[in-house]
Amino acid sequence: MENNNSNEILDDYIDKEYEFGFVTDIEMEVAPKGLSEETIHYISAKKEEPEWLKEWRLKAYQSFLKQPEPHWQNFELPNVDFQAISYYAAPKSGAKYKSLDEVDPALLETFEKLGIPLSEQKLLAGVAVDAVFDSVSVATTFKETLKEQGIIFCSISEAVKEHPELVKKYLGSVVPYSDNLYASLNAAVFSDGSFVYIPKGVRCPMELSTYFRINTQNTGQFERTLIIADEGSYVSYLEGCTAPKRDENQLHAAVVELIALENAEIKYSTVQNWYPGDKDGKGGIYNFVTKRGVCKGANAKISWTQVETGSAITWKYPSVILQGDNSSGEFYSVAVTRNKQVADTGTKMFHIGKNTRSRIISKGISAGEGQNTYRGLVQVGTRAENARNFTQCDSLLIGDRCGAHTFPYIESKNNTAMIEHEATTSKIGEDQLFYLNQRGIETEKAVALIVNGYAREVLNQLPMEFAVEAQKLLSISLEGSVG
Amino acid sequence: MLSIKNLQAGIDDKQILKGINLEVNAGEVHAIMGPNGSGKSSLASVLAGRETYEVTGGEVYFDGKNLLDMPVEDRAREGLFLAFQYPVEIPGVSNINFLRTALNEIRAYRQQPPIDAKEFLRLTKEKQQLVEFDAKLVNRSLNEGFSGGEKKRNEIFQLAMLEPKLAILDETDSGLDIDALRVVSNGVNKLRSDKNAFIVITHYQRLLEYIVPDFVHVLYNGRIVKSGTKELALELEERGYDWIKEPAYSNS
Ligand SMILES: Nc1ncnc2c1ncn2[C@@H]1O[C@H](COP(=O)(O)OP(=O)(O)OP(=O)(O)O)[C@@H](O)[C@H]1O
Ligand SMILES: [Mg+2]
Repeated sequence: MENNNSNEILDDYIDKEYEFGFVTDIEMEVAPKGLSEETIHYISAKKEEPEWLKEWRLKAYQSFLKQPEPHWQNFELPNVDFQAISYYAAPKSGAKYKSLDEVDPALLETFEKLGIPLSEQKLLAGVAVDAVFDSVSVATTFKETLKEQGIIFCSISEAVKEHPELVKKYLGSVVPYSDNLYASLNAAVFSDGSFVYIPKGVRCPMELSTYFRINTQNTGQFERTLIIADEGSYVSYLEGCTAPKRDENQLHAAVVELIALENAEIKYSTVQNWYPGDKDGKGGIYNFVTKRGVCKGANAKISWTQVETGSAITWKYPSVILQGDNSSGEFYSVAVTRNKQVADTGTKMFHIGKNTRSRIISKGISAGEGQNTYRGLVQVGTRAENARNFTQCDSLLIGDRCGAHTFPYIESKNNTAMIEHEATTSKIGEDQLFYLNQRGIETEKAVALIVNGYAREVLNQLPMEFAVEAQKLLSISLEGSVG
Repeated sequence: MLSIKNLQAGIDDKQILKGINLEVNAGEVHAIMGPNGSGKSSLASVLAGRETYEVTGGEVYFDGKNLLDMPVEDRAREGLFLAFQYPVEIPGVSNINFLRTALNEIRAYRQQPPIDAKEFLRLTKEKQQLVEFDAKLVNRSLNEGFSGGEKKRNEIFQLAMLEPKLAILDETDSGLDIDALRVVSNGVNKLRSDKNAFIVITHYQRLLEYIVPDFVHVLYNGRIVKSGTKELALELEERGYDWIKEPAYSNS
């Protein structure tokens, strides 16, 4: 047999379809396109917000106007026309559902189709879900069960009304409204997102999960998530997302803030599967996200796990500020790029307290003409005696038209710090594929096996209920790729 | 079962197999011996369908089907198994998960439903005992960090699990200690039946004392230059290969 079919298989694979690309036909109330102070007044009024929040949004907008475009990323920043976007879209039937019975059946069906049933009896036991459709949260499950333990899990708009003191205290405390262009934009126009508060000493008894869906054309999604784990508490949180197939690019600029007080632990997992665009790079989501957590108290722990398979461009660096002594931060990432997808992702670990530890495991997978960049910063401050970091950065290449790039930055101001960095680049070997083929496993399945094995260490970090999903997603997103 | 006629194959412009003829029937064990670089592993690879080799002539029929027309995985699903001289490591993929995937792919090809979890566990246990394969290795990542001997034993464990019609063992004995050699040979002997066949590639007569072959072939410079019964192996052990390399034998 001749050695000629690897390109054919690659081409096959490039034609694989995005399976969540459908559109829900539902009557929407959509804000006129464009961004100005008026837009902010419109959103704020729609959401019946208090004055302080509107003021905060307006300051953020002023900051947005003054911010330069970021320039350090490893891809050409697309021209985002902020005036061509609509900043608010909500199902007409209204956003304030008292119970699931009031939710438009078309919406429930949409989430059902996405594998996120919202009726509680159908739910995975042990997972509470907040579902966000375009700009608003449509349903939050298991709310009452959680309330018994004092846990607050609701949409952020609801939290603004019901728990203004908490929101006021923590909103923007980790990611200020002036942080960067997209964070400012988010602060100015965010429409919804999730809010979590775990009281002192409480171990949240179930996985909390938010599911984001962009539906309406020419809208952006700007959700804002705020999670506060009070002293000695624990929570595991997961977000998932999809969008319809559209020829235009859509902007997703989220902000996530995590606050872990003394002895608290937050585990934040993301399975990101936004529409990646077609094989020529047409359409797809620009996923420009700012995620940051602070270990405020001693012995606090924050762990980010992400499986990134979607989006035309992914640009994010979930970070941890290790302020409390003995606190620790972790970042586990699998990023897949294929066709013309671009991912520029990694993490920042700021060691401020004594004996702080961080661990970074990044697994990039590139296929087609996909470009995958790991960019990470480990910063050790003068007070951070005995800080420890371990970084492992692996890249897997499938085919010879893709690329992998690694930019690890280290800034240490304390010579007791120990920073370790390991990096590897590999290709799926012809001999590995032959071995699996010889056992009766076809190439597509063989690639899926190898890739899942390669990503094992990261997938193992995901909550059980989602590890299987993530594995499937990895397999699907790499179907037919061969090196 | 297997019928090879005038098989020629090479890599790039280099001819490696220069006209191989071999008939293997069900129930038989054939040993293939020959000096380093004579083409033994190449023959195994070409039969299994490795793409680096280009077949330039001849034909191969496996149970009446044209083997050379089939993709690698279909040859395996038809019942051809290659125990590799150098098994590869696949990090993070558990041995057991890999075996279940392989078994189910083969079953699907034969229009059988996937094996159920309980039955699979039972089968695993049975086969693991049959070839005395360490239970701890069953759950580890596929060959990752296995010793040379453990990798070879894993090949025989997989062979036992997948129950092929024709198994080609490429130097499975090299790297095995004396006890392991006996254990592995016993395993192979237990798997022998009148329905399957084995091609055993080896450098050492010792293996053939355990797995007694019906035929012994000597491969030299891309051709089978001598065939005989198990006594031929003894003679080779005594005299080496020089007498076979005489021009009289290596002429085309
Ligand atoms: N990928 C390759 N590229 C070029 N030549 C190759 C390649 N693989 C094998 N060969 C050559 O083909 C010939 C036969 O090799 P093969 O591995 O089949 O020998 P063998 O009989 O199995 O030897 P051994 O007893 O050492 O295992 C050798 O000359 C070898 O160098
Ligand atoms: Mg060999």
